[in-house]
Amino acid sequence: MSRTSSHISLNERLLFERSSPGRHAYDLPLLDTPSRPVNEIVDGALLRDDIAGMPELSEGDVVRHFTRLSTWNYHIDLGLYPLGSCTMKYNPKVNEVVARLHGFAHAHPYMPAELVQGALRIQSTLESCLAEISGMDAVTLQPAAGAHGELTGILMIRAYHESLGNPRRRVLVPDSAHGTNPASVTISGYAVEHIPSNSRGTVDLEGLRRAMSNDVAAIMITNPNTLGIFESDISAIAEIVHSHGSLVYMDGANMNAMMGITRAGDFGVDVLHINLHKTFTTPHGGGGPGSGPVAVKRILEPHLPRPVLGKKQDGSFFYDDDRPQSIGKIKAYYGHFGMHVRALCYILANGPEGLKTATEIAVLNANYIRTKLKDAYAMPFHTPTLHEVVFSDRNQAQHGVGVGDIGKRLIDYGFHPPTVSFPLIVPGAIMIEPTETESRQELDAFIEAMLAIAKEAESDPTLVKTAPHNARISRVDEAGAARKPILRWKP
Amino acid sequence: MRYIPCSESDRKEMLASMGLDSIEQLFSGIPEDLRLQRLLDIPAALSEPELLDYFHKAAAENSSGHTSFLGAGVYRHHIPVIVDALIARSEFYTAYTPYQAEIAQGTLQAIFEFQTYMTQLTGMEVANASLYDGSTAATEAMLMAHRVTKRNRFLVARTVHPEYRAVMATYARNLGLDIELIGYLPSGRIDLSQLQAALKDTVAGVVAQSPNFFGTIEDTAAVAALAHSHGALSIVNVCEALSLGILRPPAEADIVAGEAQSLGVPMSFGGPHVGFLATRDKFVRQMPGRLVGMGKDQQGRRAFVLTLSTREQHIRREKATSNICTNQSLCALMATIYLATLGPKGLRETCEQNLQKTDYAVRQIQERTPHTVLFPAARFNEFVVQLQGSSNCIQKLMSRNIVPGLPVERYYPELASCILVCVTETTRREQIDALVEGLQ
Repeated sequence: MSRTSSHISLNERLLFERSSPGRHAYDLPLLDTPSRPVNEIVDGALLRDDIAGMPELSEGDVVRHFTRLSTWNYHIDLGLYPLGSCTMKYNPKVNEVVARLHGFAHAHPYMPAELVQGALRIQSTLESCLAEISGMDAVTLQPAAGAHGELTGILMIRAYHESLGNPRRRVLVPDSAHGTNPASVTISGYAVEHIPSNSRGTVDLEGLRRAMSNDVAAIMITNPNTLGIFESDISAIAEIVHSHGSLVYMDGANMNAMMGITRAGDFGVDVLHINLHKTFTTPHGGGGPGSGPVAVKRILEPHLPRPVLGKKQDGSFFYDDDRPQSIGKIKAYYGHFGMHVRALCYILANGPEGLKTATEIAVLNANYIRTKLKDAYAMPFHTPTLHEVVFSDRNQAQHGVGVGDIGKRLIDYGFHPPTVSFPLIVPGAIMIEPTETESRQELDAFIEAMLAIAKEAESDPTLVKTAPHNARISRVDEAGAARKPILRWKP
Repeated sequence: MRYIPCSESDRKEMLASMGLDSIEQLFSGIPEDLRLQRLLDIPAALSEPELLDYFHKAAAENSSGHTSFLGAGVYRHHIPVIVDALIARSEFYTAYTPYQAEIAQGTLQAIFEFQTYMTQLTGMEVANASLYDGSTAATEAMLMAHRVTKRNRFLVARTVHPEYRAVMATYARNLGLDIELIGYLPSGRIDLSQLQAALKDTVAGVVAQSPNFFGTIEDTAAVAALAHSHGALSIVNVCEALSLGILRPPAEADIVAGEAQSLGVPMSFGGPHVGFLATRDKFVRQMPGRLVGMGKDQQGRRAFVLTLSTREQHIRREKATSNICTNQSLCALMATIYLATLGPKGLRETCEQNLQKTDYAVRQIQERTPHTVLFPAARFNEFVVQLQGSSNCIQKLMSRNIVPGLPVERYYPELASCILVCVTETTRREQIDALVEGLQ
């Protein structure tokens, strides 16, 4: 097996358990202004006592602490991250370099526009690129993440219907959707109605027709869907939805399967969000920050969150806040600019051919895995798939081995587990998305590990069910942690 | 393309092993008429040297040579270099959300430490793993108070950051929540008598900010007492989290939410920053966002894990406490490293320098310029200056490469000719003196 090994992993307690009074890791210049007693500036009653329990550490302590913690993480620079729907691709180093340039990292969002034309041009160029890639007319970069983009899009749909006199009441969501979809619908003040998938794993047109009425504000569809299947009836779906005056929202989480191949705007989508932290290589950061721009067709443009990026006659850029039909603000300032810089850097590094190749190889890699694993792992649907593939644990479950166990055993082989138990319509789902940035050797090593686990599930199921065996810790008692939650350190 | 390792021969061999001869065949599921028949119309690919050149030029167009007195929710503080050195480790920034606890203990323990720090700073009992930013954190606090109290009405101080109030209004409108604004006194503080008059048993929460948008420090205990007298929750919003290093924490509040950008996160033209939300233990199951708990693995060793996730969208879907999926993990890590580096003494000293330098600037402007510093109540590192006459001193200062502050009239029409000025520990005396001179 090419990938199993253990390495040094030092124990490290909490920061709060390392304190030694009197140590310090900071220094400040001496105060260069005249001073007076602090309690003359601020009434003593408004000042706090010492902060109980806050640790005192040296610079070396801090560096060692976080360096040790860092070694306990799996990460994309270490190896394949086959998480379906997450698009864990390589995060180019040059993105990090340019995002840290002084003129970007230390720019204040309230700087007068004439002093930040460089930043505004980057946002404008990114908006144009995203509009072209998705086939839409206008883009806002304001949303902080994918779910935030969903909320923004649904609120715009609501504003659109309100402008016609009736906000309507329901939003249709296929049963294969990400959990954020129904949650975003609810927080927009709409009722969620789930619609079923058919035996091909796509939206059931008859079911859709039955669910449609003039009370439906929109359908929220993921394409390719969470099974990796392109909704081949998407034009018909859009037609049915539009015939009732409803709109089509697309969850763009799976944009990596489409760049330069097909565009949402060309198959009837009215609004979609794009995850810069998936398709466009901004790092996941251990759970964020993300960035979730929203692209719309012309009919929704008046409702974009304010401000929008405007261009004056002299060619200079500004934030246009005079937007009477806007849904309002959905976040302070104008989005995660640091992520905008990185995403544009990725797009410019690729150009039109590079983005198309990225999608092609992402789809090639996923189908290569599909071909190599389809005899060992059950496939719930046999429809062609694009950038990801969903298996189930049906074969292994006969031996008492579940999808979670398979994922945990992969850790022993040196891989991060795939997405497990999602989408919900596949019992025991194993959802694999390799992305285009994995080499054939890395794919082969992963395939080898998956096949070995399938064999182990038959020959030694206990070995799989008790995995991982060579991680830093074994499985965590999650029920115990939730029963009496300990959510902070106490002295 | 250098990010794609698949060579021409890899491609051929992989296709052959699948019984295919072209990649095109893999896209058979996409109807022919939906395929793009041309290349995308985006700029041509740039090499690495060209990329660097492109972004260096754009960054240079952003004037970084100006002395800025801008604050208003985004603060320039010194960020110790070890913050970036540590968060630039791939192990942190290229990791996914720590759902697989066995290989994500680094991120999990660091978030647990962030949660602990935020409880220490705010005086609350529990803090989440972070939210998008201060504006959405304040909004989530409002939605949480609605869930806890089952009431729909909110009283929000006009001195809460105007952009935060705008975000709250966007969310509230579609959920049938009402927001009534509460004014401020000439002192700069919230008008407690107006608040008292507006309080009824239908009010879910009172939202105040401290230091408020004008930099004024509020009596958060008095606000909380009033809110509690009508069964409403007290929500305190903190935009300038550094101030918690010296100011009495809003411990009487029920929810403390805000923005921790000032703790080691670059301003980055408005984001990404890091929202936080802290509350009392009794409300934990109504909290939005991720939470990390301390537990044990099967051998009884200490282990950290995402917990209480039955509140969240990936389990509860439309019944979740929020639609939020991500947190701002990497920015929360910056704040954690920042706090570890400064420690309690460094925080206090940094805060004292903010107070002293701001105090110096206020007194200089009062004594040496014709302008008026409004709102006499105690302040942290910001203050409002009312410029006298048809003064063109803003332009004069800009021509001297000084951005004197944020004009606030667009948010507060009654504050025409007023600017919000921020002075931090990074502002040097000669910069303050140059501002004062320009204002003369």
